[in-house]
Amino acid sequence: MELIRLVNVKKTYKTGVTAIQGLNLSINKGEFVFIIGSTGCGKSTLIKMLYREEKPTAGQIIVGGIDVGKLRNGKVYKIRRKIGVVFQDYKLLPKSTVYENVAFALEIFGIPKDEIHAKVIKVLELVGLKHKIKSYPAQLSGGEQQRVAIARAIVNGPKLLICDEPTGNLDPKTSMEIMTVLEEINKLGTTIIMVTHSIDIVKEMNKRVIVLDSGRVLKDYEKGTYR
Amino acid sequence: MKTFRIIGRNIRDAFKGVFRNFSLSLASISCITITLIVVAVSIILSYNVDNFTKLVEKDVTIVAFLDNELKDEQIDEIKDKISLINNVEKYEFESKNDITQDMMDSSEVFESIMKNWSEEENPIQNTFQVKVKDIEHIDSVAKEIKQIDGITLVKYGEGMVEQLVSVFDIVHKICIVSVVALILVTAFLISNTIKITIASRQREIGIMRLIGASNLNIRIPFIIEGLLLGALGSIIPIIATIYGYSTLYSNFNGQLFSPFIKLIPPTPFIYTTSLILLGIGIIVGMFGSWRAVRKHLKI
Repeated sequence: MELIRLVNVKKTYKTGVTAIQGLNLSINKGEFVFIIGSTGCGKSTLIKMLYREEKPTAGQIIVGGIDVGKLRNGKVYKIRRKIGVVFQDYKLLPKSTVYENVAFALEIFGIPKDEIHAKVIKVLELVGLKHKIKSYPAQLSGGEQQRVAIARAIVNGPKLLICDEPTGNLDPKTSMEIMTVLEEINKLGTTIIMVTHSIDIVKEMNKRVIVLDSGRVLKDYEKGTYR
Repeated sequence: MKTFRIIGRNIRDAFKGVFRNFSLSLASISCITITLIVVAVSIILSYNVDNFTKLVEKDVTIVAFLDNELKDEQIDEIKDKISLINNVEKYEFESKNDITQDMMDSSEVFESIMKNWSEEENPIQNTFQVKVKDIEHIDSVAKEIKQIDGITLVKYGEGMVEQLVSVFDIVHKICIVSVVALILVTAFLISNTIKITIASRQREIGIMRLIGASNLNIRIPFIIEGLLLGALGSIIPIIATIYGYSTLYSNFNGQLFSPFIKLIPPTPFIYTTSLILLGIGIIVGMFGSWRAVRKHLKI
């Protein structure tokens, strides 16, 4: 079943730079997709449009049945609640503990405390950080911080997890640990789209790979065909 | 239940926000405190001036002296004419005999002199005591009464009354203008202070937006924080009002310079003023926050 559909999507920034031109793409539920390409090929713009940080100039973007391009700024939260996003720089609250950082994503929706506790413990277990719930971000390694960010992104049970170079700041061994966590999450049914520069990871994971170039799809490798 | 949990969390976050960014909060609170003290002084002054004006209005009477040769029917005619004048609230006829009697009753000296007067010797005249609705236009009422045939003299403390009333009026207006101006200035000052607080929490807001918090979700804790700053800022002005005014009132025995200018009794005046101060503090704080956080939300 289709989760994401892009039809003739074009994005030109106010500066006149065209980042995406005539992009067509379809991603099914439960897929794990890598998006790769050289710097400036439009990877970041593409995923920013998926979670409606940017609006397409033309074309249609449908995510989980919502026409993302047509969402007004005040309604953006509707799509954000269906999507988890993980960044290269983790974006954690430095003055909050691991537990608080993850719980934060549930608290704003008025979920009861015991339910929050159960969910937070469950996801922290999934990312292997249950023993660090009282630590602050500064007390954790990069890999651990990224796992907290992943836990926060998936605690709401999103249909889609978008990862913008999640391993960009990590060493190869830690990167693979993160990939293992992501694969776990994918197995549980969450669709994952990951932007990366690391060809090693892409080759190792054996997933669908979309190569972008100058804002267009240059190649779309089926699962297991990228070498 | 869910709404209560969200409100509870918002209140908790607002408290956390105030204490986590304590130096900035203190700046906002001091700002509100100083303004509210000035506002309190203005309110107290304004209400008292208003009160003075009312007292003056109540006391000031136009006395119209009648020609003693007039017959009863002519006096009735004058009475009708006075009743038709605009701005006349009430009028009362006082005969020369009543006045003479009153004066004799009030002092033995008067009595000893006046009791020997014959009807012709008595220089006291029949009068009409007229009260006006609007003291500012007492002058025109006096002029109209003077034009009525049979009235020889009109007195009401001309000049002094108008001057007093116009001074009170100016003070009253200055108070209102300064209160409004102060409130506006404070709202913007607070807005700017809170803006700095919020700028330092950009990351937090960014993350909230990212995980799907609606604009309302983000805005409410900040608005409650503004409310809290406003309430905290009004504590000192309220205490100052309650104790300050009560002390002032008892030190002056409830009057300023003369028994003519009476101060408003402290209760319930100080409590209403305190409520007004708290209200202004809260509204100004909330408005400041709302304005500051608006900039950080794409709406």
